[in-house]
This record gives sequence, structure tokens and C-alpha cells, in this order.
Amino acid sequence: MSADQTQSGAEVILRALKEQGVEVIFGYPGGAVLPIYDAIFQQNAIRHILVRHEQAAVHAAEGYARSTGRVGCVLVTSGPGATNAVTGLVDALMDSIPVVCLTGQVPTHLIGNDAFQEADTTGITRPATKHNYLVRRSEDLARVIHEAFYVAQNGRPGPVVVDLPKDILIAPAPYVGPSGNGHRTYKPRTEPDRAAIAEALRLLKGAKRPILYTGGGIINAGASELLREFVHLTGFPCTSTLMGLGAFPASDPQFLGMLGMHGTYEANLTMHGCDVMLALGARFDDRVTGRLSAFSPGSKKIHADIDPSSINKNVAVDVAIVGDAGRVLAALIAAWKADETPPEREALAAWWRQIDLWRARDSLRFVQSPARGAVIKPQHAVKRLYEMTRGIGREVYISTEVGQHQMWAAQHYRFEKPNRWMTSGGLGTMGYGLPAAMGVQIAHPDALVIDIAGEASILMNIQEMGTLAQYRLPVKIFILNNEYMGMVRQWQELLHGGRYSESYSAALPDFVKLAESFHAVGLRARSVDELDGVIAQMLATDKPVIADIMVDKAENCFPMIPSGAAHNEMILGVGHESEAAGITDAGLVLV
Amino acid sequence: MAENGFRSATIAVLVDNEAGVLARVIGLFSGRGYNIESLTVAPVDESRLHSRITIVTSGTEMVIEQIKAQLGRLVPVGRVSDLTREGPHIAREMALIKVVGEGEKRHESLRIAEAFRARVIDATTGSFVFELTGATDKLDAFLDLMRPLGLAEVSRTGIAAIARGPRTI
Ligand SMILES: Cc1cc2nc3c(=O)[nH]c(=O)nc-3n(C[C@H](O)[C@H](O)[C@H](O)COP(=O)(O)OP(=O)(O)OC[C@H]3O[C@@H](n4cnc5c(N)ncnc54)[C@H](O)[C@@H]3O)c2cc1C
Ligand SMILES: Cc1ncc(C[n+]2csc(CCOP(=O)(O)OP(=O)(O)O)c2C)c(N)n1
Repeated sequence: MSADQTQSGAEVILRALKEQGVEVIFGYPGGAVLPIYDAIFQQNAIRHILVRHEQAAVHAAEGYARSTGRVGCVLVTSGPGATNAVTGLVDALMDSIPVVCLTGQVPTHLIGNDAFQEADTTGITRPATKHNYLVRRSEDLARVIHEAFYVAQNGRPGPVVVDLPKDILIAPAPYVGPSGNGHRTYKPRTEPDRAAIAEALRLLKGAKRPILYTGGGIINAGASELLREFVHLTGFPCTSTLMGLGAFPASDPQFLGMLGMHGTYEANLTMHGCDVMLALGARFDDRVTGRLSAFSPGSKKIHADIDPSSINKNVAVDVAIVGDAGRVLAALIAAWKADETPPEREALAAWWRQIDLWRARDSLRFVQSPARGAVIKPQHAVKRLYEMTRGIGREVYISTEVGQHQMWAAQHYRFEKPNRWMTSGGLGTMGYGLPAAMGVQIAHPDALVIDIAGEASILMNIQEMGTLAQYRLPVKIFILNNEYMGMVRQWQELLHGGRYSESYSAALPDFVKLAESFHAVGLRARSVDELDGVIAQMLATDKPVIADIMVDKAENCFPMIPSGAAHNEMILGVGHESEAAGITDAGLVLV
Repeated sequence: MAENGFRSATIAVLVDNEAGVLARVIGLFSGRGYNIESLTVAPVDESRLHSRITIVTSGTEMVIEQIKAQLGRLVPVGRVSDLTREGPHIAREMALIKVVGEGEKRHESLRIAEAFRARVIDATTGSFVFELTGATDKLDAFLDLMRPLGLAEVSRTGIAAIARGPRTI
């Protein structure tokens, strides 16, 4: 080991980050990490973005990571810095986003003494991370940083915390480069088993009513091209989870839209009625399956996932394939082409005729009055935003907060490419969208980055308006302002007898003035005739903008599979006959 | 056994011997609501780089498969082996058992200990400490017999297990 002992731990960390290709760190300083901030001050290779809250640093890193396919990097201080980051870490864990978070820690000799700003960070973040480290010896420092990056991005991606006692930052430490093999024992399987591929192919070739159920794993794998090739090769219908949107182009006729609780009628009924299901990089989340006992009851299920624990977790499958989605797709494409068995063409054509009948129900339909002064339907606002940002010659990235607006964004904003859609799916973290958009804008300075928000969620990390101003990040915040925690209000209407307990957004700020006080531009649309003008003005503004879009306060998000119901028991929206089976008691306990 | 019935599983896990690894395994079980009936851990190689954790748990077939997959995805976990499923295995635990009493009960406890091949490793005029190694049910049976004879305290190691024959995990 050609160890060079002249650098401090802090300098070793920066050198390791640089070698890992880190260009940006999102962070917030404090006593325990001052040596790192000092090292940052003395170099130019890595840019530090000062957020206004540590939770936002992690979400920004997530946005950065999801939109680039690289690892996001975070730096926070000990104690409250680390605890503030926890929500972001769990968010990244649930959504499989690669993040490395460096946390300060009190000096090793004080650990366990309830020292000032001491928290048991590795203890607290153990279930909040894919893996974490406490560096107790200078000679481990460089290796651990490299390992953290390896673990964050290999296998199923996720957040990794490296807890750094202050004395380790100050003391000289040896530098070592990344080792060739990443980690001594952690070597996730990426290449699928041949026998499993053959078995999957046999089922797929014989399928009369097939469906591809794809998810965030396709984005993680960077396998969109291969997915498209496979879907076109087979002629099969394809649906996607919330997390997978963009992996397959929304405009493709073989795309059925999102499935699940707020998915399309055709996607859910195709899932329900299929005879062979191929799940790729999707984890059978309860928001997707509905009542498990009634989930796609007649199908043979093939599940390909890089994480064996995702397979047979909620739904027992017939063929399990452990591997990277890209490798699996490549293997399936090769096997499909090499195999002489003709696919079930006639059955497939009949299946498509059935799917087209379901499609004709037009389950995302809504009614917008065009009259002057008419109230804006939130779906219409998203639809107009989509139409006015399409084909404008700029890359467009959309993030969301959590709630109805998030679902309307998923339904009505149509994604053609992967990595353009940033949303908090697994944890459902209100306050995710603004910092995530910030991270995206840092990674893509020339792109149009829009956070589709709710008026309640946006207040959860509103302080980041300061970050937008400081770094001149022209993020657009498009608030669908219904003056309610709309998703909560909707559940209270449908499940709790219309008792709107604590779900009204009282005492809201004036968002136009709020924008102005943060050196941004504030706009407002009160009625449908003002909407296009506000969107146009927002798009023409080269600064951060808050567009406060006052929408229908009572609109519900449909279609909807009530908790505990099956895919064929969806509630459709206005103008559709309700075929709701009603909500069961078992459903009421679900969230 | 019925596909959806409960079964017991003895799982051996080889882990990197690093700080926090036991907390990770235990946190996994508590966080996901799995049962732990017994858990033992000790370093098992010369260089003390690896430890072996032996866990006895129970659940439906699907839950046990999930437990193994969840253990397998922990970064410091090298191997996970379901000894119950992968062929015959031997499981043993050891107990130190303190029996306090005098007279006939004291003699009776000693007679039973001999029958069970428990060793007396400490004795006073009013007490014995027995050491007994064996399968869990043998220990349980012994303790049941000691209860009316002045059983005062028990310390059990939990289960260590290994496959029969030349197979290794
Ligand atoms: C208000 C609200 C409503 C929601 N409603 C819906 C809804 O209607 N429909 C819906 O779909 N979701 C909905 N969600 C989101 C839902 O909670 C889940 O987050 C989402 O369904 C999970 O998506 P996924 O299955 O694609 O898995 P992800 O969380 O994206 O996980 C990815 C999977 O792929 C695997 N993977 C990772 N990398 C690879 C690789 N390289 N190769 C292969 N596999 C890999 C992982 O192991 C994992 O199993 C909602 C969320 C909220 C907050
Ligand atoms: C941090 C956090 N707290 C609480 C919730 C529960 N929750 C889910 S949606 C929602 C309401 C969101 O309201 P708003 O941002 O106005 O969006 P809308 O549903 O009205 O579009 C709440 C409170 C959550 N998801 N995240």
C-alpha cells in the first residue's frame, strides 16, 4: 500500500470523493464537520450546495441521483444534522436511490458520553440505510468511503451513511484508491440463471393474455431501450408503476398507463385478467396489488428482480429470476429470437381487442368547463402544463410532492424518457419535491425543472426557496392549490363520512408574496381563462417561480381502487358508473 | 408439511465480524416482525474475521424464505443456510442449571442428573450446578423434572447447529 500520510482525514475524504466522480455535495455545516468544510474551502473540484435543512440535502441528492443515474452525495453535521437527514435516508431506501451521506460525529474518545451534539447515528440509521459505517481508525477511512459508493450503487441501490468522528477528520490518514473488487463479501448477482430464463420464455411464448408489469428497477438498471425492444418484439401490453414512469414511452400504443390504486382501468383490468405476468424491477407494492387474495388470480407470474427479497415477498410467483433488469431483458430478447415456437398471435390480437374496450372507458377523463371564470380542474392544469412544455426544445424534468397532485401528475403528465420523473413513492414524503427539483436543476442547469406541488406539502421544505435564490436555480413550483390536504380530504370523504378532521389548509401564506420575499417570481391563476397565461409566463421566466394555481377544492382523484379491494373493483370518476364493491372493514385499516 | 403451515427453521449465517453486525440481524427480525426462538453468535475462524450466527425461527414457508432473503441482502452477510431444509443436521445447546434444596429432593436431583448425563460442576451442601448439553427438548425435559426439586436458576446458551456428514455451508 503506497500510503501517503501527509493529508488529514478530511482531505482524504475529499480525495476519495473526487476519485468516485463526485462533482456536487449537498450539505449543511456544523462543529463536527468543520474540518471537512475547511478542506472544501481549499479546493475547487467539488462544488458544495448549501441547503437550508438537512432533510432537503438528502432529497436534493436523490433528485440529482435519479436524474443522472449517479450517486448523490450529502454532508451533514453530528446530532441534529444527522437526525434531520433521517427522513431523506428512509425515502432513498424505500425508492432504491443511491446516496452516500457523510455525517459528523463527536471525537472517538467522547462517543457514548452524551457529548454535545452526539447522537447514535449508526444506531438510528441502521434501519434507515442499505448499510452504514462508523469510522474508528484513520487507516480504514479511504477504504470505507470507496466501499460506501460501491454498496450504494451495486445490487439494489440505496443510501449509505458514513459516520465520521471529528478526530478522524483531523488526524493524518493514509490514502488508498478504490479496490478492484468493491467489497470483500457483498457481490450481488446480476446475471440471470439460464434455466429460469428458459422457463420464463416457455410461459411467455405460450401466453394468450400476457402483461409486462414494469417498475423503478428498469430505471435503476438503465434498461429502457431494452424494455422497448422487448415490448415491440413480443407485441405485449406494458404497464408501469409510479416509480417506473418514463422507462417506457407513454405515447407508445402498447403502453397502458400506470397501474395500481390510481392507475388506469385498462392497466388494472389487464393485470387482473392476464394469464402470464412478467414483473420486471417492480416489487408488488400494496398500492399496486390491492387485495392480495384477489390479485391477478388466474395468472402464471414471472418475477425478475436484482433483490431476492423482493421476490415472493407479497405475491408467490411461479418463476423467480434474480438479476439485473437489463441483463434479464437482454437474455429474454436473445432467447425469444432464438426460439422457434410461434407466439399466440391470434389470442394476442383478441387480448388487444379486449384491452381496447377497457381503454375506451377513458378512465382518466375529467370535465373542465371552458367558461370564463370557471374554476380550474387540477387535472386540466397538469394537462395544460404537459401540453405547453412538450416539444419546446428543452429537456423537462418533473418532481412532485405527495398527495392528489402527485397522482394527477402521474396520470396526466406523460413521460417519454426515463430519469425525467422524480417522486417519493415508497415513503410518500411530503416536502420531497422542491429539494429534489433543486438537485435535478444542479445536475441539468439548462433543463426546465418543475415541482408539481400541493399547498400543504410545499410548506414542508419551503425554506429551500433560499437555496434556489442563492444558486440562481430557476426551478418552477406549480402548486395545485385546493386549500386542503386533498388526499387526506378525499379519504375522509370516502371512508370517514365526510368528517374533515384537521385536513383544511388554514392560514396559508400568500404564495405570490412568499415567492417575492425569496427573490423569486410569484404568479397566480384563479380561473381557467388565466391558466395558460400563467403557465406561459412561468415558462418565460428565467428565475425561480411559484405559480399558485387555485383549483377545485372538492375534486377527487380517480380512478381509485379502495384499500382492500381488488383490481376489478375500481371506482371510476364522474360520468362513470360506479362499480365499487364498497370498502371492507379489512380495507379500512389499510392506509 | 403443508405449504402454508408454520414450520421451524434453524438458519446458519456467516457474517463479517464487524461492529454492529449483530444489531443489524436482530434489528431485521424485530423491525419486520419475525420470531427469534434462539440466537447464538461467536467468531468461528482463526483470524476472527467471520462469525457464525445460528438462529432458530418459525413462520410460514413464504416467511422463512423471506427471512433468508432479507438476511442475505445485509451487506456484511456472506452465507445463509437453512439447515432444516438442506438435509439432516444436529442442533445442541448447553445449560447451566442451579438446583437448591436438601434431603431427599437433593438426592433425587442427582439421580436424575446421572440419568441425563448432566455433570455436576459446582456443589455446596445446599445446592448443585449441573451442566447439560443436548437437544433443546432434552434440556426442556430435564428442567421439567428439576422444577419440583428446587430448580432455582437457569442459563442456556441457545442453539448451535451444523449439518450432518461432510457437507459444509
Ligand atoms: C399517494 C401515493 C399513491 C400511490 N399510488 C400508486 C399507484 O396507484 N400505483 C403505483 O404503481 N404506485 C403508487 N404509489 C407508489 C407505491 O407506494 C410504490 O412506491 C411503488 O408502487 C413501487 O414501485 P416499484 O414496484 O416500481 O418499486 P421500486 O420502489 O421502484 O423498487 C424497484 C424494484 O426493482 C428492483 N431493482 C432495483 N434495481 C434493479 C435492477 N438493476 N434490476 C432489476 N431490479 C432492480 C428493486 O429490488 C425493487 O424490487 C403511490 C404512492 C403514493 C405516495
Ligand atoms: C411528511 C408527511 N406527513 C403526512 C403525510 C400524509 N399525507 C399524505 S397526502 C397528504 C396531503 C397532502 O396535501 P397537499 O400537499 O395539499 O396535496 P393534495 O393532496 O391536496 O394535492 C398528507 C397529509 C405524508 N405523506 N407525508
